[in-house]
Amino acid sequence: MKDKIFKGLLFFSAIFILILTAGIIYALVARSLESFQEYGIWGFVNNSEWDPRSATEEYGALSFVVGTLYTSFFALLICIPFSFAVALFTGEYFKGRKVASVVSSIVDLLAGIPSIVFGLWGFYSIRPLAIELGVNAQGFGIFTSSVVLAVMIIPYASSLSSEYLRMVPKNLKEGAYSLGATRLEVITNVSLPMASSGIVSSFILALGRALGETMAVTMLIGNTNNIPSGLRDTGNTMASVIANQFGEADGLKLSSLIAIGLLLFIITAIINLIAKLIMNKLTNV
Amino acid sequence: MKKTILFSIIVVILCSCNNNGKNDNNSNPDMSVSGAGATFPYPYYNIVFRDYMRINPGIVVNYGAIGSGGGIRSLRDKSVDFGASDAFLTEKEIASMPEVVHIATCMGGVVMAYTLPEIDNLRLTGPIVADIYMGKITRWDDKRIRAENPSIKLPDLEITPVYRSDGSGTTFAFSEYLCKVSPEWKSIMGKGKALKWDAGIAAKGNPGVAGIVQQTPGAIGYIGSEFALTLKLPTAKIKNKFGNYIAANLESISAAANVDLPDDMRATISDSADPNAYPMSLFTWLLVFKDQQYDKRTKQEAQELMNLLEYIISSEGQGVAAQINYAPLSEQAVKKTQTLIESIHYGNEPLKFHIESDTVKQTTDSLDLAVDNSIDR
Repeated sequence: MKDKIFKGLLFFSAIFILILTAGIIYALVARSLESFQEYGIWGFVNNSEWDPRSATEEYGALSFVVGTLYTSFFALLICIPFSFAVALFTGEYFKGRKVASVVSSIVDLLAGIPSIVFGLWGFYSIRPLAIELGVNAQGFGIFTSSVVLAVMIIPYASSLSSEYLRMVPKNLKEGAYSLGATRLEVITNVSLPMASSGIVSSFILALGRALGETMAVTMLIGNTNNIPSGLRDTGNTMASVIANQFGEADGLKLSSLIAIGLLLFIITAIINLIAKLIMNKLTNV
Repeated sequence: MKKTILFSIIVVILCSCNNNGKNDNNSNPDMSVSGAGATFPYPYYNIVFRDYMRINPGIVVNYGAIGSGGGIRSLRDKSVDFGASDAFLTEKEIASMPEVVHIATCMGGVVMAYTLPEIDNLRLTGPIVADIYMGKITRWDDKRIRAENPSIKLPDLEITPVYRSDGSGTTFAFSEYLCKVSPEWKSIMGKGKALKWDAGIAAKGNPGVAGIVQQTPGAIGYIGSEFALTLKLPTAKIKNKFGNYIAANLESISAAANVDLPDDMRATISDSADPNAYPMSLFTWLLVFKDQQYDKRTKQEAQELMNLLEYIISSEGQGVAAQINYAPLSEQAVKKTQTLIESIHYGNEPLKFHIESDTVKQTTDSLDLAVDNSIDR
């Protein structure tokens, strides 16, 4: 009897989550229809105009899509060497030792810091640095937000990749050592190839985190509705434009913002799906 | 074990249900008036409504600062008793709902806050501000800025114009004024709660803009006067119609309404015809339906709304505004608004004007609770 209740409870919560997700997708699609009907799906995605003035009203998502991809990929690029080093440190070199668990729990702590705190840190610490470096006169823009984003996603990438490094079978590594391989040779020839797809998928998951990050980016990117011309330029991401403009939006603008939300949902879903596929391939090997 | 867990869950659920019931009883006294809308006058409404609730126990006034657009939407959906907006309704919006009266509640200004090392007496004109925001004037030692400030040594520094990333009545008032003084602004930028900007960077809300301006040498941003005056930010004097350089303060903003106002109070008072007026001044309004008989609204509810409106434009209510750096309505504006409040009716019946509200006395406990709730918001 108890078993049945427990099973029913599990079944219910699983179905509930499914229904919830379906509801979110339905709401996003239904409310973005107005915008898609006005511009067409491709016309909306491939248009960089964002003009909220009622006389010349026109909305397109391209500058925000570009801004999002720009910041996220640059953040990923910065994050790779750091999280890779942390992963090797905790998952290989000092595996199982106290220092490894201290380092990994401190890095994991980064994931628990609220995004607004990262935003403030960027605002008061990274931004003056960017001005010093001569990125631009105000320090806001793609560069500053990417740096802060990179720090934010390090724990996601590093903890997963060190997990995969730890999963490399011990006897394989011992076999390599017995053949006279050095530690570096074991890492490059045994551990990394074995864990590579897991590591790649952990970085892709981190990228997914970066895509949706809102608060810290909103505070640092400059919020200008144009396609960023480079790292020094200001821009806007899909999440930050929604955060900025949702409150006062109405009619077509509201619908366009929801359409951007739908696009973000789709992009993040695709990124996560790719990571899942790579991970599945790994477990099948 | 499992049984105890299940049992405790049920107990917790039951308890919380019970609590909910209790809370409802306490926070639902006999009357509540609810509104939503503009964020600009929110601090003022917060205090004036709290005072009103102290004077009239048993009435709870709720206000959600969800933005002017949201306020208008909520009023149209009739989910609130009054909406609030910094911009009067457009013809299109008026056509979309029953007749609405605009009740001006206080005045504010848009000030130009800036951060320049060792300079605190900057003078600007409307056309210069327009050109800064259109990216035509990019450095502080531009000859046009120098011409207005002969006594100041302006630094060779890039100007960073900062604007609002969210739709805002402040942006509307700012652009509306610039349309009046700069034909080029009018044709390129236009006016609205949100614009398409080519220069500068954006931040959300007055605090966002103020934060960037304060932290960035060479930045200039337009900010609501109540916010800038409270924070004592350095703000530029703006040249008005008469060639006077006017600093933004409560007197100079109120002076902007010393002009002929239309009977429906749908007026912009920027670039005012008063020689002592600060040029970027604005009204903020509460919006209520002229005919209060709609849906299941009772006459008493309508009367309570009337009483509240009356209190806001009374000398008491206006005094509160001045205390927290909102400019009180000018005498003429109060008169016109009174007439508008008197025009509100309930079906065919008139509502009483100048009336002591006969409210049910509540225990002080529930009053305190109500006040706390309103502050939390």
